[in-house]
Formats: sequence, structure tokens, C-alpha cells
Amino acid sequence: MSALLAFDRVWLEYGDKVVLERVDLGIREGSFVSIVGPSGAGKSSFLRLALGQEAPTRGRILLDDRPLVAECGPDRGVVFQRYSVFPHLTALRNVMFAAECAGARFTARLFGRARREAMERAAAMLDEVGLGDALHVYPAQLSGGMQQRLAIAQALIARPRVLLLDEPFGALDPGIRQDMHRLILRLWREHGLTILMVTHDIGEAFKLGTRLLAFDKRRIDPHAPHRFGATATYDIALDRKPPVLLESDAPSITIDMIGNNNEG
Amino acid sequence: MRWVNVRPGRRSAMALGAIPLLAVLAAYLLASAMRHAANPSDKLLPTPGAMASAMQALIAQADPMSGRLLFWADTVASLERLGIGLGICAVSTLLAGMVLGVLPAARATLGGLVTAVAVIPPIALLPILFIVFGLGETAKIALIVIGVTPFLIRDLAEHVARIPEEQLVKAQTLGASSWQLALRVALPQALPRLVAGLRLSLGPAWVYLISAEAIASDVGLGYRIFLVRRYLAMDVIIPYVAWISLLAIVMDVALAQISRRGFAWAHGASR
Repeated sequence: MSALLAFDRVWLEYGDKVVLERVDLGIREGSFVSIVGPSGAGKSSFLRLALGQEAPTRGRILLDDRPLVAECGPDRGVVFQRYSVFPHLTALRNVMFAAECAGARFTARLFGRARREAMERAAAMLDEVGLGDALHVYPAQLSGGMQQRLAIAQALIARPRVLLLDEPFGALDPGIRQDMHRLILRLWREHGLTILMVTHDIGEAFKLGTRLLAFDKRRIDPHAPHRFGATATYDIALDRKPPVLLESDAPSITIDMIGNNNEG
Repeated sequence: MRWVNVRPGRRSAMALGAIPLLAVLAAYLLASAMRHAANPSDKLLPTPGAMASAMQALIAQADPMSGRLLFWADTVASLERLGIGLGICAVSTLLAGMVLGVLPAARATLGGLVTAVAVIPPIALLPILFIVFGLGETAKIALIVIGVTPFLIRDLAEHVARIPEEQLVKAQTLGASSWQLALRVALPQALPRLVAGLRLSLGPAWVYLISAEAIASDVGLGYRIFLVRRYLAMDVIIPYVAWISLLAIVMDVALAQISRRGFAWAHGASR
């Protein structure tokens, strides 16, 4: 497979509760995958698997054709809805964190020239996300949108192969959210990122993604609803032509025929 | 206007706060004056003058037996015990609390032990400490350490364990090892909590110190007030208690300042 990140018939179960069943996907390098679905449909579990926070019960996950170790690593960056930045570090130190971990195994602190270089790179990164004026500010003093900008900068500077976004803009005001959309699209293009984004906002999913995955359960047993798991019921390729795709444009999308049913 | 909406300003709040304190002081002076009017040799509520002269002897005149200025010797001895005790508490809490908070395996292994030790009333262990460590300084310091540390460890471990999962995941995606995660993410966030815990523990620490001094000692603030109790020397006991309170307040304020200066981020720092 030529996919950057591949899910090979992945199942995730907790005891007899099936969360995800037979997730079989390949994610190409450079794609922006939006993931939508109702609550409890395994979107976040899917992201946790990609992140390595959990191991699949069955199946394999491959990153660059190598099996993924079930532990978070620097090849995957992440931005959560909240708590993604370190409250005790200034914006600049937050962004320097990755360099400090890589550069000093024991103290996790850089000194001298290495420190200056890391600071310069971090400052440039912060400038890129629009936080050039807030280098020495603690996250608690930043607005929600600025905190998410910081979290994105902090993740991007580690140059992850895949950037995972877990409802990154869910807690933001609509106006701020538009700004963040522009920012993430620009970064995606300029850095050639591969992004997986879980969102509750269908409009956002269509607007940003080059591909949309809808997670849901294909089958439901009313007597044992936990026995069937969710999977990607719709896998929609979105052409990135107009910046905004409205719901009325929906017929232009292709629908994956596996996911053609739902409980009636 | 409703009573719930009456909010005093900064100045009037201070004035309001001073009223009860002044009222207590006035009530004491009045009661003392009344008792002395009835019985000039009353010992129960000494007048300020009597307290001043009694304390003057302890503060400025060397004790004929030991040649020491007793008040200062007591203060130094007590503060030394308290300082060493709380220092050992802080260091051991930081080590144990971090390990328990950061490593789930350590929490599973040792959490029960810490909880079990924490529920033992420390004063009940005092006889054992006196038997094991003798009547010297060690037993008194050990009582403070045993009394305060388990509580602090539990508090700190819980606090560290409650650091949002997102932060730990984020640190790992930025390449942090377990050690780096503990050092750069958990430790800085544990320190303000440790200082806050120490502030709360000052009260119990004083209790243990004075208990230990009362039972077996030859110098110390607690020793002195229990010694002069035999002579109903309220003119010494009351100033000593006030002095102990003042020391406690100063230590509390100092710790609060340390926390505010050192961990500005934890106190909603402004730019």
C-alpha cells in the first residue's frame, strides 16, 4: 500500500463491547481527512488508535509501512480541544519543548547556542501562527483561539508525519473559528501536512477536508447494542475547488457503497 | 438594596475586619481590669503591664541556671525543629509524590501503604518515637515528619495524577521520555501544590511540635508554656501563644509569597 497511514482490518474492543469493527482505510500523504459521526461512534477511539494511545484488539496500523507502536511518539502530532499546552510554560517555552526534549536527554533544557537557535525557530513558528506578539505570555492569559494557535505551533515544530486534531475548534466562537480554518488550511498547504481531524461540525468537515470519513454503526442489535462496533460508513473524496462547500453541493460527492445502509 | 448585594470596598473591608479583633482585645482588657479591681493579685487574666514585665525577664535577662536568654533560646529551638522537620517533609513529599503521581505502577504498589500510614494518628506514635529515637531532637522532628508527610504525599500524588491526560499525550508526541515528562511537565506543576500543602500543614506541624516539646524537652516554646503552667503564669503563656501565632502567620505569608514569586503562572499572573 502506498498510504502513509494504513488501518488494516482494525477492531477495537473493550471486553465484550465492540467499539470499532473492521476499519480498513489508507490515508494518503498530504490529505486532510475530516472525521464526523454521532457521539459514541468511535471517532475519538479511532484517533486514539492513530495516536498510539491504544492498541487495536485485532488488525494492524501501519505508519510509513511500519507497524505502529502502541505508544505516542514524535511522528504523530496532536492538538486536543483543551489542555493541549503546558500551563506552566510561556508560549515560547511551550513551542521549544520538543527541541529541548530532543536536544538534552537528561535535563530537557538547552543552553547557549542550541538554546538560542531553538528560541529563534520557536519564535518564527509562533510568528507564523500569529502569536508573534505573545512570546512570553502564559497560556492562561491567552484566549481560547490563541491557545489553539499555540498548540498547533507546538505540534508543528516537531515536524510530525501526521497531525491529529481532536475537535480542535469545538470550543471557539464562530468568528474565531473562521480565522482558525484559514490558519490550518494555510499551514496544511505550506507545510504539506497530513491531517486527521475529528469534528462535530459537518460544515467544517466539508470545508476543510479533502476526504471525509463518517463513523457510525452499520448494524445495531437492539438487545445488545454494544455487540456491534462503528466503522467508517461513508468515505467521501472531496475535491478542493471552492473554499466553501455548502450542503447543497452534496450530490457532487461520491459515496462509498459499502456504507450504504443504516438501521431502519 | 438587598443585604446580599452590599459589598464593602477595600478600605471598609479592612476596617470591618479589624473591628472583631479590636473588640476581643477590648473585652480582654476590660475583663482583666475588672478582675484586678476585685483581686489585685489575680493571675488568670494578667494586665498588659504584667505580661510586659514577665516577658521582659525572659527576653532580655539571662537565665541564672543556663545563662541563656530563654525567650530567644526557646524560639530558636522550636523554629529549628520545625524547619528541619518541614524541610524533610518537603523533600520526601516531592520525591514520593512525584513517583506515585507519575507512575501508575508505583501508585498501584505503594498507594495503599501511604494511605494506611496516613490514617494513623501521629500522636499515638509519639511513645514509639521516644522509645526508638530517645528523648532528643530526633524524636520531635520525626513526629513532625510522620505527622505531616503522608498527608502531603497523598495530596501531591493525587494532584500530579490529575494532570490532564492531554498534556501527557502531548508531551509524548513532542518526544518526551518518562524522565523528561516527569521533570518538565509534572514537577513544575507539582511545586506550587507542594507549597500550598506545606502552608496547610503548618497548623498540624505546630501541634506536633508543641506536643513533643510538652512531653519531653528542656527548651522550646511548647516546653516553656507547659513548664510555667505549673505556676499559673498566664503572663508568660499568653504572650508565648501570641508569639507562636505570629510566627505561624509569618511563615504562612512567606510561603504564599514564595509561591507567588516562583510560580507566577499558577496564580493567574499578569504580564
